[in-house]
This record gives sequence, structure tokens and C-alpha cells, in this order.
Amino acid sequence: MPNLGLFNYWVVIVLMMTGFYTVIARGNLIKKLIGLNVFQVSVFMLYISMANVKGGTAPIIFEGAKIYSNPLPHVLILTAIVVGVSTTSLGLALVVRIKEAFGTIEEDDIRRLEEEA
Amino acid sequence: MIADHLLILQVIVPLLAAPLCVVLRHRMLVRLFAVLVGWVVFAIAIMLLTRVLNAGTVDYNLGNWAVPWGIECRLDSLNAFVLLIVSGIAAVVLPFAPHTVKDEVSGDKQYLFFAAFLLCLTGLLGITITWDIFNMFVFLEISSLSACALISMGRSRRALTAAYQYLVMGTIGSTFILIGIGLMYMMTGTLNISDLNDRLQRLIIVNQVPMFVNQTRTVIAAFAFLTVGISIKLALFPLHAWLPNAYTFAPSMVTAFLASTATKVSFYVLLRVIFTVFGVTFAFQSMQLNTWLMPLALVGIYIASTVAIYQNNVKRLLAYSSVAQIGYMVLGLSFVSVTGLTSSIVHLFNHALMKGGLFLAMGCIMLRLGSVQLQDMKGLGRRMPLTMAAFVVGGLNLIGVPMTAGFISKWYLILAALEQGLWLVAVLSLFSSLLAVVYVWRVVEVAYFQEPERPAGGELRRLNEAPVSMLLPTWMILGASLVFGVYTEFPVGVARRAAEMLMGVGS
Repeated sequence: MPNLGLFNYWVVIVLMMTGFYTVIARGNLIKKLIGLNVFQVSVFMLYISMANVKGGTAPIIFEGAKIYSNPLPHVLILTAIVVGVSTTSLGLALVVRIKEAFGTIEEDDIRRLEEEA
Repeated sequence: MIADHLLILQVIVPLLAAPLCVVLRHRMLVRLFAVLVGWVVFAIAIMLLTRVLNAGTVDYNLGNWAVPWGIECRLDSLNAFVLLIVSGIAAVVLPFAPHTVKDEVSGDKQYLFFAAFLLCLTGLLGITITWDIFNMFVFLEISSLSACALISMGRSRRALTAAYQYLVMGTIGSTFILIGIGLMYMMTGTLNISDLNDRLQRLIIVNQVPMFVNQTRTVIAAFAFLTVGISIKLALFPLHAWLPNAYTFAPSMVTAFLASTATKVSFYVLLRVIFTVFGVTFAFQSMQLNTWLMPLALVGIYIASTVAIYQNNVKRLLAYSSVAQIGYMVLGLSFVSVTGLTSSIVHLFNHALMKGGLFLAMGCIMLRLGSVQLQDMKGLGRRMPLTMAAFVVGGLNLIGVPMTAGFISKWYLILAALEQGLWLVAVLSLFSSLLAVVYVWRVVEVAYFQEPERPAGGELRRLNEAPVSMLLPTWMILGASLVFGVYTEFPVGVARRAAEMLMGVGS
């Protein structure tokens, strides 16, 4: 595997900021969740990148393999992916119910409806 | 045999009980079962605390894997105390539940409600016992996702948006924590809290320059991510935006539980990360964290208390008061002294009692009156005397009147300020109690000195006092706050031990 230098980390930072900005700036509840997902995925990439060992292969025992990548961050990220999936599904379920209750998923409209009530 | 595994049973019991609730399904059975689980968990916590106080730290290696490989659970005087608070509140709140849950949550969802509640309890207890920082993150997510589900079960449709906001803010907070953990792992290669502390202080060579691990930019960034992430979870001013709505629109019982446990556990995480992982020298001498926390805490106390004064929904008023009380805890921390930390930890305990009691009283009012708006509460002092008396006791605690637990926390806070010659801070925190007087008085005035409005031409609806199963927990928890306002040896003693341990003095 060629040495990519800090390329991975730049990608992580760009994705992280894109996701974070989307969460803050967008008014549509679904788009907010998409932003949140991008934000979380960037952290997954951060972990996977740091697990890489120069010249290392997948941490599976086979003929000719001498150097392995660090498997622990992979395992941690499996857990974090599960957390991310459940966050997204809970978020989407809430959005469905918000749509039923308010008839809209635009933050500004919801706020207007809330203030009228 | 079982005694060796108590530490892990603390988490396993509610974790297994949650799916059992779904299996049992029957409304009555589930309620009884949840109460039973709450009491068992509380009993375990008491046993563990006695053991920690008598014999010192309790260790447990999950699956008997030795420490660097396996996950370690460890209990010292600090988290044993937090454990007692969380499980104690759960044990009191669960018997309170049946009536309000029947009233506020639709019938076919009740077993799911209790399942989510037990999961939330599992998460909070798990955060408290674990000695592995990634494990902490996982439990943090378990508790906040289930708390989010609980909040969304509120009666008003605004509960949904409150839950959504909590989910988004909470996830940002926990992702920040995850980034911080990752960066620390990058530099140290460990997740165990003791190991982290040890390796962060080692000397390494960066670009041919020798430096300590905790001087590297990566670790400093990790520190920043962790502090901000935990502060969101803690609802430290100005990151408290999710809290007022979540507390206002959640079902009464959930509000009482979350207000007295969730933010407390987050405060515990803050203490653990700052003091045990990074260490006092790094956090307060290199990073000068206290110069940030002290003004934020003071501004938070004043702004949140002032906003509380203008609220017309009493639950919302109490929610803003919670933000202010978190300010007091963080203020105690920012003195970086044993007395300051003692005041924080004592306040953690006392605030759990008083806010828990106050929100339980709100639950009683919600059940009988069907509203917690201030204008509906006119004359309530005569219509529901026991409930309103409970509210007054809780209010006196919030103000910090002598003979109540609230006084003890304020006392140590001011002692800590004077110890360092910070007269202004001492005066400011005393003066802020006046704001609490104002918002508590607003409710008391309406409830006791105003006549209820009679509906045109009709008679005033007769209100029954709340049922005994609700009054008893409310009074028990507020009674405890009065008892610990007089007999202070227990909370203050444990808190001082924990504070000395965190500061690295004494045993």
C-alpha cells in the first residue's frame, strides 16, 4: 500500500466540517440527519486511518504476512457504526412522527407552529 | 461467589431486565418487575459503596481478561457515590411511575416505556463503573439514545421536536468525545483510564525534540474535543440549548429521573476525564481550564436563573434552574481545590435529591391538574397541600436555606471561594441565591396567595391530593434532602474522600 502521507486526515477534516456545517446550517430535519451521518462517518475514517501500519496487511494470519494493521480501532469502529446506525434510525423514526404531528419537516415551519400553539 | 461479581451485576441486571419487560408485556407485571429491578440495583449499589468505603477500590476484569487486554471496571469513592445516587433515584422514581405513566403514555406502549427506562438506567450505571474510556462512550450512547426515546413519549407533540433536538445535540457531543478518544488512542495506544494517565505523562521524541506526550498537539486537540463534547452532554452554559425543551415536554417521571441523574453522570465523566485521565497539572496549569470554566459557570448561573424567573411553565422554570445548578457544580470544580471539589460532589448529590423531588411534585400536579402552567396553579396550596408543601421544601433547598441540603453545598462552595481569596466569586454566588428566591417565590405566591379562578357560573373542580404511591416517593426524596441538610457526615465525608483522591492528596 503506498504511503499516502496525511491525505486521509485531510479527507477526514473536510468531511467532518461538511457534515458539521450541514447539521448546523440546514433547516430540513432529514438533511440535518444526513449531515450528522457524514460527520460520524468522518470519525470512522479517522479511526481506520490511524489503525494503518506502514506495509501492514489485514490482521488475519496467513502465509507470508509479517506486519499487520492494528485491529483494535477496526473493532472499535464496528461498535461506533452500530451506534451510528441506531442514532440514524431513531432520528428517522422521530422525523416520521414529527411529520405526522406537524405536517412538515422544515425547522422554521415547525417553530412557527410551536409558537402558535 | 455472587459477591465477587456485584460490580458487573450492577449493569447486567437492568440490561437483562429491559428485554424481559418486552417479553412480559403485561402492564401490571412490567411495572412490578421494573420496581423490583430498581430496588435490586439500589441494594447492589449500597453494598458496593460500603465495600469501597471500608476496603478501598474494587476492581473487576470483564471475562477475567487481564487488564491491558480486557475491559476493566473499577469503583473508587467517587463513582461508588455516583452509582448510589443514580440507582437510588431510580429506586425511588420507579414506584412513582404507574399512575403518571398511565396518564401520560398510551397503554400499548407502556412496556416499551419501562424497557427504555431500564436501558437508560443501564447506560448511566455503565458509564459510572467502567474504567475503559471507549466503553464509557458506548454506555453514553446507550443512555442518551434511550433517554431520547423516553423524551419523545411525552404527551405534547413538542416532545418530538425536543427529542429530535436532544438527539442531534447529543450525537454531536458524543461524536466529539469519540474524536477525542481516537486522538488519545493515537498517541498512547491504550483505552484503559489508568494506563492513559500513565502514558500521557511519558517522554517521547517528536521530530528529534524530546517532549511529553501531553505536550503534543494531538493530545491538546483531544483534550479540547473531550471537554467540549462532555460539556454538551452536561448542558454547561452556553451548550445547554437541548435541556429546557427536553425537560419540559418529557413525561413527568422521565424528567425527574433525567434531571437528577443524566447531567450528574456527565459531570462525573467530566471529573474523571479532567482529573484522572489528564491530571490536575495538565488540565489546570498547562491548559488553564479553570480560567474558562469559572466565568462560564458564573455567567451560566446568572443567565439561567434570570431566564427561569420569566418562565410561565413551572417544569421549564425548573429546567432553567437545573442549568444554573450545573453552573454551581462547575464553579466548585474550577477552584481546583479539595474544598471546591467537595462542594461540587456534595452538590451533585444534593441537587439530585432536590431536583428529583421537585420534578416528582410536578408529576403529581400534572396528574391531578393536567397542567404545570403557572396561571393554572392559583390556589393550589389549599387544593393539593401535601404536594405543594413538597414543592416548598424543594424550593427552600434550591435557595439554600440553612437546615436543607442545598445550604450545605452553598456553604462549601463559598468556603472554597474564600479559601483562595476570591471574594468577588463568593459574593456573586451568594447573591445568585436571591435569583432562586425570586423564581421559587413566584410559584409559591401563585399557589398560596392567589384565589383559583372559578369557571364562569360553575363550581371549582374538586382536586384530590395525589395518590400515596406518588406522594411517598416525593416526600421520601425531599425528606432525605432535609435529613442530609442536618446530618452532613455521610455526603460530605464521602465527597471529601473522593475530592482528595481526585486532587491526589490523602489516601
